[in-house]
Amino acid sequence: MSESTSVVVTGLGATTPLGSDVPSTWSAVLAGKSGARVLPYEWVERFDLPVKIGAPLAVEPADVLTRQEVKRNDRSSQMSLIAAREAWNDASRDAALEVDGARLGVAIASGIGGVTTLLDAYDTLLEKGPRRILPLTVPMLMPNGPAASIGLEFGARAGVHTTVSACASGSEAIGYGVEMIRSGRADVVIAGGTEAAIHPLPIGGFAAMRAMSTRNDEPERASRPYDKGRDGFVLGEGAGVVVLESAEHARARGAKVYAEVAGVGVTSDGYHITAPEPEGEGVVRAIKTALAEAGLAPQDIVHLNAHATSTPVGDIAEVNGVRAALGPAADSVIVSATKSMTGHTLGAAGAIESIFTILALRDRQAPPTINLDDPDDDIDLDVVKGSPRALPADGQLAAMNNSFGFGGHNVVLILRTV
Amino acid sequence: MALSEQEVLAGLAELIHDETGLPQDQVALDKSFTDDLDIDSLSMMTVVVNAEERFGVKIPDDSVKDLKTVRDAVDFIVKQG
Repeated sequence: MSESTSVVVTGLGATTPLGSDVPSTWSAVLAGKSGARVLPYEWVERFDLPVKIGAPLAVEPADVLTRQEVKRNDRSSQMSLIAAREAWNDASRDAALEVDGARLGVAIASGIGGVTTLLDAYDTLLEKGPRRILPLTVPMLMPNGPAASIGLEFGARAGVHTTVSACASGSEAIGYGVEMIRSGRADVVIAGGTEAAIHPLPIGGFAAMRAMSTRNDEPERASRPYDKGRDGFVLGEGAGVVVLESAEHARARGAKVYAEVAGVGVTSDGYHITAPEPEGEGVVRAIKTALAEAGLAPQDIVHLNAHATSTPVGDIAEVNGVRAALGPAADSVIVSATKSMTGHTLGAAGAIESIFTILALRDRQAPPTINLDDPDDDIDLDVVKGSPRALPADGQLAAMNNSFGFGGHNVVLILRTV
Repeated sequence: MALSEQEVLAGLAELIHDETGLPQDQVALDKSFTDDLDIDSLSMMTVVVNAEERFGVKIPDDSVKDLKTVRDAVDFIVKQG
């Protein structure tokens, strides 16, 4: 791939169940902490929901933003604004990030969009009538609201986009941002995902699918990817945002570079609305596409941040796909399932986990997978348990981040040290 | 119960501050919503919706366009209230 089309990551930002920014989140991940707890909201008991646990943000957006920013943005948009500001400041740390607005793009995803705004407004409609619905209701509930808010904040005029592919959304947004730079539409793209869906309706819906863990007595032990006792995912919320930049642009301004986004693989199953295709055919093609783009062989991948949501069926399907795509080289990949700590942040997950993958490469250590007490016999990958595992100390490293979503969406990103 | 001009002005100042972040002491009777306070149409409608609820009045859309200054709004609400 020519120098001009190489895309690098120069800034990271996040707000998660584990911390209000990237450094606090990452140290909690390395320490193997869980962000899950019994949800402290009155509606949990009011509706007697079967699921009473989740992984809410560690720090409320209202503690960070102005009152007006809170009032004018859906919670998902508040979180992505916090993450985008951190990412932009991070990208400016060594050298100010200056870019013509016409060359700056945004790709910020959400799986569900402004669902709390929508449902709260519906409550207002029922209780007080249509005249009490606030005029900002529509711009707050629209799924592109977070992307648009960030676009406004930074004056992005190269295009503001929202990829929506359920739990693959955040990774797909990063992939879309990479394409924007490769195709010459932008030099810099603010990309990532956000999700704020801890509300009785989405919880009721996921619970109706029997997709969520009901280990209500032990919230910190509920998200347990690959463990025999796994019984579904734990719903988290958060945002992850990266600054993508053409390598040329980053070098010209003397920016610190975290990693290169070396390969993007996006496929769809065309199989079932929610069930993963059991052989993982779509996953295999996504991995192979990403490898080919990166010019890498299976044995070059040292680390995988797996999608692994802790559902009985999904975890196995991913492992089958990884094994089929990488062949014998799958044995030497060091695998982390970080949703064991963050819970499943849906449309933010791919972005937050891309950040974890990048930091694993930077620190040359793979984070642990917690709660893996009794590994499923069908999981034959080398999963990191307990404490972080060292990655090779020397040479260029490449790692993979998998994200899959309801609807049969498969997104694989390959990141590489520079 | 009748609302006093002072009560309505103070309440409006609070609603405008909530919506825009503008310091409440800048919301004076002679200020124009658009020219002085820089309140766009969406923010104006938000203030109207919240004012209806707070003061228990109805401000029809046809009347909103006539509310150019803070005094216009205060007078309208006092008369309705």
